Amino acid sequence: MPGAIYAEGLVKTFGEVRALDGVDLDVPEGTVLGLLGPNGAGKTTAVRVLTTLIQPDSGKAVVAGLDVLKQPNEVRRSIGLSGQFAAIDEYLTGRENLQMVGQLYQLTARDAKKRAALLLDRFHLGDAADRTAKTYSGGMRRRLDLAAALIVRPPVMFMDEPTTGLDPRNRQELWGVIEELVADGTTLLLTTQYLEEADRLAHDIAVVDHGRVIARGTSDELKAQMGGERIEVVVHQHDELGTAEAILDKHSVQGPDKGSVSVEQHTRRLTVPVTGGAKLLAEVIRDLDARGIEIDDIGLRRPTLDDVFITLTGHASEESEIDENGLDGDDPASVQKQGKSRKQKDQKKGAVK
Amino acid sequence: MTATTSVSSAPRPVAKAGGGLGQSVSDSLIIAKRNLIRMLRIPEVVVFGLFQPIMFVVLFSYVFGGSLAVGGSTDAGVYREFLMAGIFAQTVTFATAGASAGIAEDMQKGLVDRFRSLPMARGAVLTGRTLADLVQTALTLVVLAIVALLVGWRTHENGLKVLAGFGLLLLLGYAFTWIGALIGLSVRSPEAATSGGLVWLFPVTFVSNAFVDTSRMPTFLQHIADWNPFSATVQASRELFGNPGVVDSSAWPMQHPVLASLIWSLLILVVFRTLAVRKYRSAVD
Repeated sequence: MPGAIYAEGLVKTFGEVRALDGVDLDVPEGTVLGLLGPNGAGKTTAVRVLTTLIQPDSGKAVVAGLDVLKQPNEVRRSIGLSGQFAAIDEYLTGRENLQMVGQLYQLTARDAKKRAALLLDRFHLGDAADRTAKTYSGGMRRRLDLAAALIVRPPVMFMDEPTTGLDPRNRQELWGVIEELVADGTTLLLTTQYLEEADRLAHDIAVVDHGRVIARGTSDELKAQMGGERIEVVVHQHDELGTAEAILDKHSVQGPDKGSVSVEQHTRRLTVPVTGGAKLLAEVIRDLDARGIEIDDIGLRRPTLDDVFITLTGHASEESEIDENGLDGDDPASVQKQGKSRKQKDQKKGAVK
Repeated sequence: MTATTSVSSAPRPVAKAGGGLGQSVSDSLIIAKRNLIRMLRIPEVVVFGLFQPIMFVVLFSYVFGGSLAVGGSTDAGVYREFLMAGIFAQTVTFATAGASAGIAEDMQKGLVDRFRSLPMARGAVLTGRTLADLVQTALTLVVLAIVALLVGWRTHENGLKVLAGFGLLLLLGYAFTWIGALIGLSVRSPEAATSGGLVWLFPVTFVSNAFVDTSRMPTFLQHIADWNPFSATVQASRELFGNPGVVDSSAWPMQHPVLASLIWSLLILVVFRTLAVRKYRSAVD
């Protein structure tokens, strides 16, 4: 049975650019899917198709059990959208904004009023409720925007880069709100450029680049594709690098996947892929100590989603401006990357068996 | 009460009485109310909106009055009476710029996306905006009429005819705000919409009978002026106010200005409303 958000083969072109190039998504009810990708990857286009704002050239989309293309108005009753920019009227007060949106969701004036009052309190906007939104800070605007999207508590929510441009404190606060919402049973599709955000909020992550989903899985699964954890050591003396390398090599992952120790001469940093976690780390420290090697820094490093992203796309998540223009999903490089990621996945499965 | 229960116990949307049409009307009124609140909170816009036509009344009356012949007379008093219908008509059409800038701003700020994602009547965002502009235009006309009376403008027909004259002016203004709505949806930046909403209005309002006697124009301009939708309303309200300077032309709209004004305004309204609503539905960025 398809999930609360389901898409199959979505294609949308704007002139020469294939903004969506065959996107499939499936978000089970009550879960969060993080759509992760750089600017211009197609995240916003996907959200705009699923929220009835634009029509795809081809493909199928079902939201809350309703066909997005055939029953757009019914879909609109069941969704909340919080876009990239706080879509609120600056010259209305917070309360007036929420009441207006409530009434346009076809609530009665009385229900809209009640609901607005409740959400203003809930989002800590009670004191500012009767001030025009122009006087609100960026974080307050975002909260008001999110409150507007929740006015009828839609079962399915779409948030397009909800924390872009927020300072860390406001970002943390908004994350808290989103977590509560999800705990409450809402199905959420969230787009983000921040790996940390996807890591924290999403059950599943779909990495999007050039209009295609190039990888999907839980945060842990994606990181596991990176070949697991590494030990990083910084030695005190430059001439101890050779000895340290020999010790680390002994502890490196064995078998066909055996990784080699990489050495950065000028920073005196050594990195080696390992399996064995903290126990192995302790062993390495003992070995290094036994040979009298002085250590400046040592640690067990797990791959971040940033590592995943760079491996999958060949570029970092936030440096995409160059790619937006020239390349599209059909270019050989991207197909190759997709092939590579599949291969990695298969390898991983093989390893598990 | 915990936050969790408060968020979950949401009322469900209800169907409005009257079905589709009832919802269209109520959604449009909600948006109109929103735009009127905005206008009250940004009074500068309304004040500057008044300032410009008042300046035109004073400048045209005293600078051009006396040097422009109307109906064979160069009397400044005659010109002032002649002028007012033209200024009124120009003022109502300049509301176009307000509509285009407002809608462009809503597009830019993402409000149009929000509205389009709501289960609301499709044309309501634009209808609400144009209705709010209509209210503003009506208020502007009242103030302007008072200023006109102060500089010596008088009507010479009964009250009903005078009201009918203002009615035609408002209808023209309302029709033109739909052109503004279409411009606003097309240009997407409020700055471009303000100038884009205005530039084309200058030739439309000047190549007409609004400010000068068209019989003194070159023949081809005179034909354009006679068939200009704007001229029909000016001629009609001039006639209904009993003001001097009614164009004596064999062109049909000048012979039947009231009917011509109605036809032109309704035609503009229907055509541009259809185009604007269609554009709104497919708006993409």
